[in-house]
Amino acid sequence: MRLLPLAMLMVPALGLAGGGYVTLPGGSYKSVLAYEDTGGTVTLAPFELMKRPVTNAEFLKFVRRLPQWQRDRVPSVFAESRYLAHWASATALGSAALPEQPVVMVSWFAASAYCEAAGARLPTWNEWEYAAAADATRADARADPAWREQILSWYAKPSNQPLAEVGQSPANHYGVQDLHGLVWEWTEDYASMLVSADNRTQQEQDRLQFCGAGAIAMDDRENYAVLMRVALLSSMEAANLTSNLGFRCARSIDEGTP
Amino acid sequence: MKILIMLLALALMVATAEVRCAEAALPQQSVYQLGDSFSDHNGQDFALASRRGKPQLVAMFYTSCRYVCPLIIDSAKAVEHSLDADQRQHLQVLLISMDPDRDDVAALKATAQARRLDSSRWTLARTSRDGVRRVAALLGVRYRALADGEFNHTSALVLLDIDGRVLARTEKLGTAPDPAFMQQVRAALGSQHATAPHAGSAPD
Repeated sequence: MRLLPLAMLMVPALGLAGGGYVTLPGGSYKSVLAYEDTGGTVTLAPFELMKRPVTNAEFLKFVRRLPQWQRDRVPSVFAESRYLAHWASATALGSAALPEQPVVMVSWFAASAYCEAAGARLPTWNEWEYAAAADATRADARADPAWREQILSWYAKPSNQPLAEVGQSPANHYGVQDLHGLVWEWTEDYASMLVSADNRTQQEQDRLQFCGAGAIAMDDRENYAVLMRVALLSSMEAANLTSNLGFRCARSIDEGTP
Repeated sequence: MKILIMLLALALMVATAEVRCAEAALPQQSVYQLGDSFSDHNGQDFALASRRGKPQLVAMFYTSCRYVCPLIIDSAKAVEHSLDADQRQHLQVLLISMDPDRDDVAALKATAQARRLDSSRWTLARTSRDGVRRVAALLGVRYRALADGEFNHTSALVLLDIDGRVLARTEKLGTAPDPAFMQQVRAALGSQHATAPHAGSAPD
């Protein structure tokens, strides 16, 4: 992290943007997380999102450029010990981590550092949810039972199969791929999602860590796939990682773009 | 004789190098691995690693908060009050704002003065938005900005050892300190006395 200002100057040479970014127009949409203060309606500024999740090959470039993120050097406070454990070595991928597979086994700190080095950031939950509401033709396909069924069928698959390569799924309405069906993805504010409106008063302290959901109306109980994602992300700590959790980066339109 | 002196000199150099190395290398689990730049309520910039050497009581808050945040300061004060004067001198308190947009140095300073916080032990600090996210993640504090400018947040006092490792945390706030947490605070101050008997004589 200390080297990041230097790293940002190297962005053009780094090649960390992979499949590149697509622009999403933003606007208002109904989030599955209906917080008391927002009622669930979210307004987003236009932003850019990586078309595909970050791959092993791209993450390898990153750790070669910023060796403090190699698995034998990263402090345990930023990534638990299994960080990139499926790679052949600290600087080689090997047969269990193919170049075009999405990178997984990365902590939130590592994912954030990658995006920062790429002149970007992790998407917010709202940005991710908004992008993921689209199917191939509609900006918001969430009310379509057939589409929901398709997403849920992914969650029903066992997760011990090797991950597919990125970019195999059809692009959605915005041109984004792999939001469903490949990996879970970190978001910038994953840690804030279940913090409830109740915990500003001491009386509520005991309830706040895991019972924050009390302040979120699950208006959309049918949207089980998205709620599962919320549950997974909010159970993570920032140094945690799993074999199905990857990420992609986002950029605000008014900053970080040439 | 000459050789002996050279050997002695060499041994001394090696020993010095080892000491320097031990000072420089932060533990893997140290929160002080975070490289972000912070500013204190007097406008001085610092890195978290500069807090090395004394145990720290750390919490996150924001100055415009009306409910829990005053209680966070009260709770940290309560921890201090349960210590004897000597122990108190060896504990530093670091409160980090989760609201960098509004909590500039002046706002932090005003709160430090209004709450009569002793600057020799208490530091109110701010960092960038990204830095807030990172330090909150390290401290296990979760927060979300609300539409009305307030924040939802978990409230915790976190005890760091002299090298920035998390020793203990409590979410039991109030003017009567959490006994289990106090025990850890005293233990940290005790072990610090044992390992650094001259720490008190160094000029601050």
